[in-house]
Amino acid sequence: MSSTTSEAPTALPPVKRRNAELVLVVLTVVIMMSAMAVAGLNLNGQVPGATWGYGLIFGALALATHVALRFIAPYADPLILPCALFLNGIGVAMIWRLDAADSGDIEHAGIGMQLVWTAVGMVLCIALLFFLKEPRVLQRYTYVSALVAIIMIALPMVPGLGISEYGARRWIGVGPFTMQPSEFAKIALVIFLSSYLVTKRQVLSLAAKSIKVGRFKILDLPRARDFMPMVVGWVAAIGLLVITKDLGTSLLLFGTFLAMLYVATQRSSWVIIGVTVFVGAAALAMRVFWHFRQRVDIWFHAFEPEVYERLGGSQQLVQGIIGMAYGGLFGTGFGGGQAHHIFAADSDFIFASLAEDLGLTGIMTILIVIFLLVQRGMRVALASRELFIKMLASGIAFVMCFQVFVVLGGLTRTIPLTGMTTPFLAAGGSALMASWLMIGLLLRMSDNARRPAPQAIQDEGATQVIRR
Amino acid sequence: MNTPIRRLSVFAMLLFGVLMLQLTWIQGFQAEAIRDDPLNRRQYSERLTEQRGPIVIGGENVAYSEDVSGENDQPRYQRVYTDGPLYTPVVGSFRSYGASGIESTENSLLDGTDDRLAVRNFRDIITGREPEGARVELTIDPEVQKAGFNGFQDLGMNGAAVAIEPNTGAILGAVSYPSYDANDVVSISEGEQAVQNYGELEADGNQPLLNRALNERYAPGSTFKIVTAAAAMEHLDAGPDSTMDAPDVLELGLPLPNATPGGTCNGGDPDTLAHSIQISCNTSMANWAIEMGGQALADQAEAFGFVPQEREDAEPLTVPLRVTPSKAPVEEDRNILGRAGIGQSNVEATPLQMAMVAAGVANSGEVMRPYLVDSVRDSDRSVVTQTTPEVYSQATSASTASALTDMMVLVTGPDGSGTNAAIQGVDVAGKTGTAETGGDLGTHNWFIGFAPANDPQIAVAVVIEHGGGSGGSLAAPIARNMMEAVVL
Repeated sequence: MSSTTSEAPTALPPVKRRNAELVLVVLTVVIMMSAMAVAGLNLNGQVPGATWGYGLIFGALALATHVALRFIAPYADPLILPCALFLNGIGVAMIWRLDAADSGDIEHAGIGMQLVWTAVGMVLCIALLFFLKEPRVLQRYTYVSALVAIIMIALPMVPGLGISEYGARRWIGVGPFTMQPSEFAKIALVIFLSSYLVTKRQVLSLAAKSIKVGRFKILDLPRARDFMPMVVGWVAAIGLLVITKDLGTSLLLFGTFLAMLYVATQRSSWVIIGVTVFVGAAALAMRVFWHFRQRVDIWFHAFEPEVYERLGGSQQLVQGIIGMAYGGLFGTGFGGGQAHHIFAADSDFIFASLAEDLGLTGIMTILIVIFLLVQRGMRVALASRELFIKMLASGIAFVMCFQVFVVLGGLTRTIPLTGMTTPFLAAGGSALMASWLMIGLLLRMSDNARRPAPQAIQDEGATQVIRR
Repeated sequence: MNTPIRRLSVFAMLLFGVLMLQLTWIQGFQAEAIRDDPLNRRQYSERLTEQRGPIVIGGENVAYSEDVSGENDQPRYQRVYTDGPLYTPVVGSFRSYGASGIESTENSLLDGTDDRLAVRNFRDIITGREPEGARVELTIDPEVQKAGFNGFQDLGMNGAAVAIEPNTGAILGAVSYPSYDANDVVSISEGEQAVQNYGELEADGNQPLLNRALNERYAPGSTFKIVTAAAAMEHLDAGPDSTMDAPDVLELGLPLPNATPGGTCNGGDPDTLAHSIQISCNTSMANWAIEMGGQALADQAEAFGFVPQEREDAEPLTVPLRVTPSKAPVEEDRNILGRAGIGQSNVEATPLQMAMVAAGVANSGEVMRPYLVDSVRDSDRSVVTQTTPEVYSQATSASTASALTDMMVLVTGPDGSGTNAAIQGVDVAGKTGTAETGGDLGTHNWFIGFAPANDPQIAVAVVIEHGGGSGGSLAAPIARNMMEAVVL
């Protein structure tokens, strides 16, 4: 059996639903503009001019992307683009509203480069759709993508280029811009893992020994010599953790690694082994490194005055949680909260800002939209025929899901707080561009999966028709 | 490969489910508790635009918000405090970056966000009335408070005094000296100066920010003999005439002498319990403690409100200001136990705790839960909450309390150690204390007592920090002035 042979196809009916998409796209633009208008009304009692300016630019970008889809990916899932636009639009509105409240000058409040990055992201997305007709070609670049991932992760460690801020080294400076290359690393990593694991899955799913309790099988242990990929992944994750002190990225990449390993092999033993060794190593790192001890301290004892007052203590986290508490069930209204006093309110803490302004109901809505996006990604994986595409789609969907979990889990004290951006919502060019690239991949794969198979020419018997 | 993808989707759903549960917990269930957390600095930054309710003592506003904005501006409120440093330890201050005292503990009522004001707030929204915080009325008696404060001011020494109404637990006075004028740290027009002033108070070696009445523990010295005597009567069936060995010097590791005139209690013979209290005999009271054992003494202290070691981290008493727990641990060692019986070694008490001891004896052995907030009223004076007195603990039987009262009256009588607390025409029950503090610093000088002895209206505890004199000479006069403010 070759690695790319298909399993039983679970194709979706070939419907385009592009008009439904158009309605939803318009709706997302209306939501974004309403958010800005409400923020203006809350802040100084009038609808700000920026509503129209930014609203029209964003609307034009959204419509252009939609129209491009009609031509180059007509069968793409019609929910993916509106979900992405909704998050992008809400993020832009929030960033504007935070700046307006912070500067107190509504007429001149800006959103920095966020709309520019949105445009760049959309162009990247369209370009990817245009040039990459068959994502399976990416499978050829197994080790190239591995190299790209490693370079992206390693860049911030290059002296002179890397920038260490707030206890983690995850930025690089390029001229006037700063970039977070790890945002792109995760895409390269997913591509690498998809192609690598598709070829190695059978070897990796061989079990050497079953651990049983009575008649019940508990765990299938892999052969010792098959542990190599796991060891490499683990060493890379821990190495990354120790050198960059960036627990968030390390957790995200290793979690993705485990999820994709599971999808490829369907062996829960890999996941159990992986989680065990990662938690073990993280616990050890906590004993050795002050930085991680601090993080765990903040996690467990956030509301203790001593931890709160400490330099680099829990102040930011506690302020975020207090903001959420002020939001309550229905929120303070867009622009009504005090979130702009929180450090990084528009990037790492944008969820807290949203939770304050929009309340529990609003943040639930946003979570559901993200969840919908993730599930549409999973649906693409299920509907695709090739194993590589299945791996790629489910990998991308999981990266999005897990990144949101790492960020929001940190903000709600579910897990230790780590600095990380939220897909589409947070201010920051790298994150936006990476997010739009992932959307491009999902759109392309769903277009291919949903496109009707070419009709065989009548009466030509056994002639195979191959799609161009 | 579809099965693991489906499972991964379910796992993704679980991750989102966990996030949603956490958010519901924070924003739905915990929201009010989080907003009330002292770490929430926002409740102070909102002060400018809100008219906080006043804090009232004896019918007068001692803290209130004043509109300092111009004619047509948005209202801006400045918090104003009357009477300088007199009430600050109780009332506290409401600053840009934090609050203390009643200003902090009753903040949600004062700023009007408390759930108990929800109905009124809803009505204000309907009728379009300017929202206003509730008024908090305190139990403090201005005359008692002034008598105590002036006493320390005249003496020029640090210390604290607490007065309680024995049959209700209402706190009539809570003096901590030195104090500070809250107006110095709350100005919104000169914010930087206010912050600087606060910084100076924080750095001041005399600790004007410390509420000594509730949050500082001192060795209670001989005032603790009331607890020891109560334990002797409750646990050993002793009476006022029961005798105990009272040598001039008792060997407790280091020799323990008597501090009585001539260094003797009964010429070296066994002394009665009543006489031991009257002249404050050390050796007999140490022997009583050794006789009854550490558990009995600690149990009696706990009955008066001391907090046993195993409950030290439990929720502390709040009045509603947080009260530091007083300590009287179970002692096994004879030498330490003997000294614990006279309020030394590991025994430490807040002035409030010793006032509770006096109040418990005064109220037939029943200690009432101390409280500072009499009632909370909304802006049109209708009652939101009204404190009902409740029993805190049964410290002794009524007969023990009555016997203790008789002994304590002897203290302020002729030949007693606390004659300075005597009031013309009124029987005063009392007990002096002079606690060794170790090192070169002077002794702490205590007086606890109540008056009138036959119908107690006020119970007091006064401590002079490192006064270096005796309880009878330094603390008793202040206690007398405070009691006179009520009984004369």
